[in-house]
This record gives sequence, structure tokens and C-alpha cells, in this order.
Amino acid sequence: MKLKQLSVFLENKHGRLRELCAVLAENGINIITLSLADTEQFGILRLIVKEHNHAKTLLEEKGFVAKLTDVIAIEVSDQPGGLSEILRIEENSGIGVEYMYAFTIKSGENAVLLFRFDDMDKAVAALQNAHLNILGSVELYQRAEG
Amino acid sequence: MHAQWNDRESLMHPASAPDYMREEQLRTLQLQRLRAITKHAYENQTLFQERMDASGVKPEDIQTLEDIRKLPFTQKTDLRDTYPYGLFAVPMNEVVRLHASSGTTGKPIVVAYTKEDIEVWNEVMVRTFACAGLHSGDIIQNAYGYGLFTGGLGAHYGAEALGATVIPISGGNSERQIMVMRDFGTTAICATPSYFLHLIEYAEEMGIDWDEIPLRVGVFGAEPWTDEMRKYIEGKTGIKAFDIYGLSEIIGPGVGMACEKQQGLHIFEDHFMIEIVDPVTDETMPDGEEGELIITTLSKKAMPVMRYRTHDITSIIAEKCECGRTIRRINRIARRSDDMFIIRGVNVFPSQIEAALLRVEETLPHYQILLSRSGGMDQMEVQVEVTAATFSDTVRGIEAVHKQLSDAIAHILGIRVKLTLVEPNTIERSMGKAKRVIDNRQND
Repeated sequence: MKLKQLSVFLENKHGRLRELCAVLAENGINIITLSLADTEQFGILRLIVKEHNHAKTLLEEKGFVAKLTDVIAIEVSDQPGGLSEILRIEENSGIGVEYMYAFTIKSGENAVLLFRFDDMDKAVAALQNAHLNILGSVELYQRAEG
Repeated sequence: MHAQWNDRESLMHPASAPDYMREEQLRTLQLQRLRAITKHAYENQTLFQERMDASGVKPEDIQTLEDIRKLPFTQKTDLRDTYPYGLFAVPMNEVVRLHASSGTTGKPIVVAYTKEDIEVWNEVMVRTFACAGLHSGDIIQNAYGYGLFTGGLGAHYGAEALGATVIPISGGNSERQIMVMRDFGTTAICATPSYFLHLIEYAEEMGIDWDEIPLRVGVFGAEPWTDEMRKYIEGKTGIKAFDIYGLSEIIGPGVGMACEKQQGLHIFEDHFMIEIVDPVTDETMPDGEEGELIITTLSKKAMPVMRYRTHDITSIIAEKCECGRTIRRINRIARRSDDMFIIRGVNVFPSQIEAALLRVEETLPHYQILLSRSGGMDQMEVQVEVTAATFSDTVRGIEAVHKQLSDAIAHILGIRVKLTLVEPNTIERSMGKAKRVIDNRQND
């Protein structure tokens, strides 16, 4: 149900993001989606890749600090109010969003959003109760490739 | 007006008389005081007595000045380990003042003064100001920090005792410093050299011409600086810049001072006995050779400090100074025998940074201290490598780690410094060990 996201610490330094991408490219690892959170001093790059364990090892060998985190991919209707509904469900269950970003792929007429909640298990339960579609990793990778 | 000026300058302040004492008279006085202080410390300082007993030395064994070599050294850690009052040698009701300076692990070092000690301190400060040609009628702006730091009050009371007018402005607020300097007709300023460099830049930004300010003397100390910096300051402002030397552990400012000849610093030897030793072998070095400066307080009652290891590297200049003073000089302190550095007047050891980092992290992360000078002010940046243990994948999480580390350092040092989280392996290792301090201050 949950997906593994690869998070990497980046100094705000010229060329650093490119170096990271080069490591993945050289090893044939495709980035399905990503998000970059940045501050004045540093950034956190969050990546969804199929070979996350391998990618983590490769990046660590190159001196990056990387970490695997659980996230959830949720399918929502691609129309006004889609995101709002998810947020309402979580809010009603007292769950907070730590961060979120969108997928570059679409699922039919639906969009796919990626979330990190402060209580992941509770969040999954609340979404399932509301009959929202949570995408598993296998399904997601297939769609990304397809 | 000009003649009167010269007359005043040539008038020696009565307190300066010991500066011109005949050599044998000075050495006799030193021996007499050394014997008395050794006895006083032995009878009233447990730590000193234990060390003397352990090496089988009695105060009576001090028969000549050379016999000082029989006495045990005092380390900075001794002052820390006996925190707060362990080295006081008089009852508390005789202590009239306490000061403190930063220690090596967060606890400060506490020093004490009797009424007599304060008088001695005032006297050496009067002699210090007299070395710079200051006298009654001068207006002295004291930009040393007031408070636990010895610099502020030491210079303040010394200037009053000299008969000068003191402006107790303390450090900071550069715009006001310059306004006061100009409007109050300040003729001398006491500050750290880095702060004065900052004031020079500030005055330039304000469009102030140094000719508008009657300032003629700067008394700069509490941190090491170079002769190049002195020439720069003098060239920029037209004042004469004097190097002052002192340590809280000994008395505060007023241990030594440059005279108008600007060739080394005169040590007030009737109150402070100096030796130079090899920092590794502890062997006494002959005059002229470089080594670690060792100071013994010859008249301090509340807290005598015997053979204090300053870790300051210098050498004794035995040749008579052209100024006529007979007390000997040391060369400008160029470096230290340990890894301590001074930032904004605060003593910092890398071990303090380590202690702070270990309060937050379970194992010591790789870190580096970068010193630089910007806008005339010394800046310190601590770079800490992010580890798998401290890396959180939320901005909030990393900022929380950043704040914890930054707060821990501020708590230990008493000053806030810049902290940067960097990626692993970005701090250069040499021989497997990182170089902890990169000092770029001279290059700027």
C-alpha cells in the first residue's frame, strides 16, 4: 500500500543536483517523479524510483546522505475539488500533511498525488474508509512504464 | 598650546615610577614578592599545597628568582576543575569583586580580587595608559564590554585612576560609537582591534572624515593582532595604535603594554613575573628565544596564580627599550601553543564545539570551524556534516537539528555563530583526521 520514497540531502551548491542525477542515469535508474524542497542553506530531494534500494546504495557510495521514507500515492479525479476532498478526509481524522507533490503520470482521467502524513497508518485507514484508490508500487511502476 | 602639550606628555605619572626602577632593585623586589606569594599560596590554596608537597618543595626553598622553576605550573584546567571558588586564597569577606571568562567546557573560569588587588589592577592600568601617552585631560572611550569580562571594568577604573575622563560606552552600536567619538571629543579608545576595524569601515560608510575626530590613541587588545593591522589602522585614521596584553586568569588587561617605540610590550614585572619555557619539554628558554609565556602573579592576594601556562608563544626582549623603561618587554603574541582561538574577544577551543555537538548528536559528526573577517569583524562559521542519523526528510526536521546544534554552541560559547549543515565527506580529511580550524582572517 505504501510506497518507498528516496530522500536525499543536498547542499545549495552549484552542480550538486546534476551530479546526483548523473549517478542515477549512469546506472539506468529512471526517475518516476520528484520534488525538491529547498531553503536558503540546503535542499531535500525526494524521488520515486523503482530500484530505490539500489539507488540508495549507489548514492551513499557517492557520499550522499539518503533515506527511504514511506509515502502514499492516491488517485483523485482530475477536476476542481479533488485534492480538497483528500485533505478534508485527513483533517477530519486529525491527520496532518507533512508534504505532498504530484505525479507526472495520469491514471485515466484521474491525477495521482503523493503524500507524506504525520500518521501514515491512520491516513491509509481514513482514505480506505472513504473508498479512495491508493496505488500500490507494482501498479504505479507499471503505469509509469506503460 | 603646543608647548603645554609637550610639557604634559613629558610629565611622568607618579604610578609609572616602577617602570623605570633600577634593574637590581626590581629583581630584589620581585624575589621578595615571589617568596611572600609562594608562602601565601602554599598556606591558603589546597591545590598548590598538594602539588608542592607531592614534589617535596617548601616555600622556603625559594632563595633566588631562578628557584621559581621548582614550583609547579598552573593550567587553565586547574581553574576550571576548582570552579567556582577553589583557588581563592582569602576569606570571602575580603573578596570585593568577581570576574569570569569562558572556560574550556562551558563552565566559566572565576577570578577574584581583594581591595588591594583592585588597587594593583588600577595601578597597572594607569601605567598602561601612561605607556600610550595618555594623561589627565584625555577623554577615553571604553568600548570593551562591561560585565563579567575583565576588559570593561579593568580599563574603566584604570582610566579614572589616571585622572582621565571615561566614556563607559561598552561594545556595540557602531553608529553611536562614532557619533560619541566625534561629539564628545574622544582622544583615546579602548576596543578589540577587530571591532575598531569595523568602526573604521562604518565611519567610512557614514561619510565621516577622521580629521573631524580628535582621536589620537587606540588601546587595542583582548585578541591577537598583527603589526600589519596596526599600520593599517594608523594609516587610515592617523591615530597611534597600541597593543595591550592581559589575561583574566592573571588580572585582566594591564599585564603588558606597548610603549611609543612600538617594539614589543612592556610587562609590569614588579607585579607579574615572566618566564619563557619550551612548550614541549618545559625547559626554561633564554631571553630572545621563542617559547610559551609563563606568568606568576607576584602580588595578587585573592587568587594567586603560580607559573600560569598562557599557551601564548612569544620571546623576552632583554635589551633596554629606547623609551627609558627598565621593565622588560615581550614580542607581540603571534600564535598559541594550543588550538585555542579568540573570536570577538571570546576564547574558543575546538573541544567546546565538540562538546556542544555531542549534546545533540550521539557520535561526533565531522565538523570544521571557519574563521574569516568581514566588515572588519571576525566571523566564525561551524560546518557540520549531515549524517544518516540526523537527516530527516522534512525541512522542519533538518531545521530543528540545525537549531539544536546552533543553540548548543551558543550556550557553551556565550556568542551565536553561523552554523551550516553540509553533505557528508565535504570536509577535507588529511591523514584521516579533519583539520578543525581554518583561519582565513589574515588573508582577507
